[in-house]
Amino acid sequence: MTPEQLAKIKAEGTVVAAKPRLLNDNTMHYCPGCSHGVVHKLVAEVIDEMDAENIAIGIAPVGCAVMAYNYIDVDWIEAAHGRAPAVATAVKRLNPSRLVFTYQGDGDLAAIGTAETLHAANRGENIAIIFINNGIYGMTGGQMAPTTLEGMVTATTPYGRDVELNGYPLNITPLLAQLPGTAYVTRQSVDTAAAVRKAKKAIRKAFENSLKGLGTSVVEVVSTCSSGWKLSPAKSNEWMRENMLTLYPLGDLKDAAKDLPKNK
Amino acid sequence: MQNEEICLMKGNEAIAHAAVRYGVDGYFGYPITPQSEILETLEALMPWQTTGMVVLQAESEVAAINMVYGGASTGKAVMTSSSSPGVSLKQEGISYIAAGELPALIINCMRGGPGLGTIQPSQADYFQAVKGGGHGDYRLIVLAPASVQEMADFVGLGFDLAFKYRNPVMMLADGVVGQMMEKVVLPPARPRRTDAEIAEQCPWAVTGRRKGEAPHVMTTLELDPQKMELNNLRLQQTYRRIAENEVRFEEFMTDDAEWLVVAFGCVARICQKAIEEARANGVKVGLLRPITLWPFPEKEIARLSRQVKGILVVELNAGQMIEDVRLSLDERVPVRHFGRTGGIVMDPDEVSVALTSLINEINL
Amino acid sequence: MKEEIIIAGFGGQGVLSMGKILAYAGLMDNLEVTWMPSYGPEQRGGTANVTVILSDAPISSPVLRTYDTAVLLNQQSLDKFESRIKPGGTLIYDTYSIHHRPTRTDITLVPVDAMEATFELGNSKAYNMVLLGALIKVRPLVGVEAVMRGLKKTLPERHHHLLPLNKEAILKGMTLPKE
Repeated sequence: MTPEQLAKIKAEGTVVAAKPRLLNDNTMHYCPGCSHGVVHKLVAEVIDEMDAENIAIGIAPVGCAVMAYNYIDVDWIEAAHGRAPAVATAVKRLNPSRLVFTYQGDGDLAAIGTAETLHAANRGENIAIIFINNGIYGMTGGQMAPTTLEGMVTATTPYGRDVELNGYPLNITPLLAQLPGTAYVTRQSVDTAAAVRKAKKAIRKAFENSLKGLGTSVVEVVSTCSSGWKLSPAKSNEWMRENMLTLYPLGDLKDAAKDLPKNK
Repeated sequence: MQNEEICLMKGNEAIAHAAVRYGVDGYFGYPITPQSEILETLEALMPWQTTGMVVLQAESEVAAINMVYGGASTGKAVMTSSSSPGVSLKQEGISYIAAGELPALIINCMRGGPGLGTIQPSQADYFQAVKGGGHGDYRLIVLAPASVQEMADFVGLGFDLAFKYRNPVMMLADGVVGQMMEKVVLPPARPRRTDAEIAEQCPWAVTGRRKGEAPHVMTTLELDPQKMELNNLRLQQTYRRIAENEVRFEEFMTDDAEWLVVAFGCVARICQKAIEEARANGVKVGLLRPITLWPFPEKEIARLSRQVKGILVVELNAGQMIEDVRLSLDERVPVRHFGRTGGIVMDPDEVSVALTSLINEINL
Repeated sequence: MKEEIIIAGFGGQGVLSMGKILAYAGLMDNLEVTWMPSYGPEQRGGTANVTVILSDAPISSPVLRTYDTAVLLNQQSLDKFESRIKPGGTLIYDTYSIHHRPTRTDITLVPVDAMEATFELGNSKAYNMVLLGALIKVRPLVGVEAVMRGLKKTLPERHHHLLPLNKEAILKGMTLPKE
């Protein structure tokens, strides 16, 4: 839809569903069927609903969401590949009243940035981590990710991920749930309307935890990459449900908010 | 906290005390010899209880420099310190900080390399600091302290310059000035800036969207080559302003000098002793000590090259600053190098020998 | 006035802290001072040394080849530094652990049995203070009171009750050099 068409509809007052106020009109670079767009929408909605637009600071990753700051109208810092949790650590410690969140893909969070992720979570930094896990490197053209499933074909595993050669898929979220510094660790998806509603609640809880100073919150969103997977958007959702959710089942892994003392 | 305190302390300790007194907002570091006293002293001072300064031992040098990038993005005065191998790890982050036009202070208390090298003093990271150790066309303002007093003073100077030009500053120290104790007058203590003051001083800072303003985004990514070139040109413009205004150096007995020694940091003091002895023997030697290694005192070298018969560059490396000395000459006077590497620090007698051999080479 | 001093011995003999107290004493007497240690693993078990310079004018090089005065506490240190004492300089050495005695004739040799004196005091930790006493007796660069004030500055408050013991050791050390 062109901006002109959009303006016309708005002027006519025939809007039945609008995108969130903080999601701007820039044309997203995400592929059709990609989960990023939906998660961006949820992040924008939650910040708006929490009336947190003046205190939110997002940390963007390197990967497909590298330009998240182009779409959600809050303050952002674009981090080096994998370093978002370190950047977020300093931002939150130096500005404790702020809502600080990172938005990272699987390569950013679980490969090049594993150390930063684990240690920020282990220190219980009062940040929220949104973790998009689609099992592939989308931005660079579909190479193997740490979370790529066994046997899964990617540009760098053309015959399928061979654990002898490439190691096992890294299931990092349960690892993070074990750390005393994490307050809330959950795994969500955005493939159905119901799932989207649940994911939004999870993001809201994670953001509230950042403000309450309860520790680190991690919201993994098991996601699709229709381009990388070479499937249609609809098929991608089916493939995700059939394959990804076996190793990465949905649900809360930890919600210690009630028991965890204020640690900062 | 008392003002203007005279103390005896190590250079590394002086940095920590000066940082708290200057009102630094955050320090992020990872232990490595010979500079761990900076983090240790800060942890012992517990400034979070007095000034509110954040001190954090990061999980790596990589994390530490990215914490600096994050903190600086919010307009805070933040710093890190390390020694050579650790500073190599920080290079990517330093490139981002320079590209983001962010003020920050990075301290390298140099040790001998390459590789894991040695923990003993060295000046072998001159190229890395001065020529841009990370990727891309960028410059750091590089300050080379020669005394414990300068270790303390350059914290404040470093931050003043970093904020004035929105450019990272590196203090290029070494194991000698880091580990030695000298008399030092600590700067007066002052409070950290308030958030309101930061908002006014740093209208670019990422602190949460300000009412009525477009979002602030700190990014170093620009895929449009036209815009990216403009970013580069803006950086180059800043570097030109710095080069015009911020050259710092010290001269010792150069007025009537027929021979010139150029050295920085602790080595300049070792040379000074050799020069005192040469002068006692009637040999007219002078010393130029660059205090800013970038911007380099080119004009002064050019002027002195018209005056002297030969130049000796003395460094704790195999010959790095000598390249900048040669590039600065106005007259083609002979320029020779004397260096020790591997963590060995030359003594004044060795400098005297090198000086004599330069003089003999040219006079005979 | 300018005095360039090397103190060298085994790690753990209190070489660095002796230098530190001397430097502090210089500070108390409004002198310029530098204290440059050998640092790193060589401190643990190996040899340790520290260069201390006291001067009434600003000090250039903190790193030296030759020294006015040396306080040498073991054989390795004697072998390394004896030749680096300036003619007319002073060498104080501990006879307890140095068996191959110095041979220089152009410097003042001051043998002291500091270890024995320390045993007599009944406090092995006072060894370096005994030597400091011997040093300031032979080279009166700083007074006992300046040393005591320096000591007070370097010792944490919880150890201040040890100050009289240290003073006793310094005074004992001052009796050791034979005229």
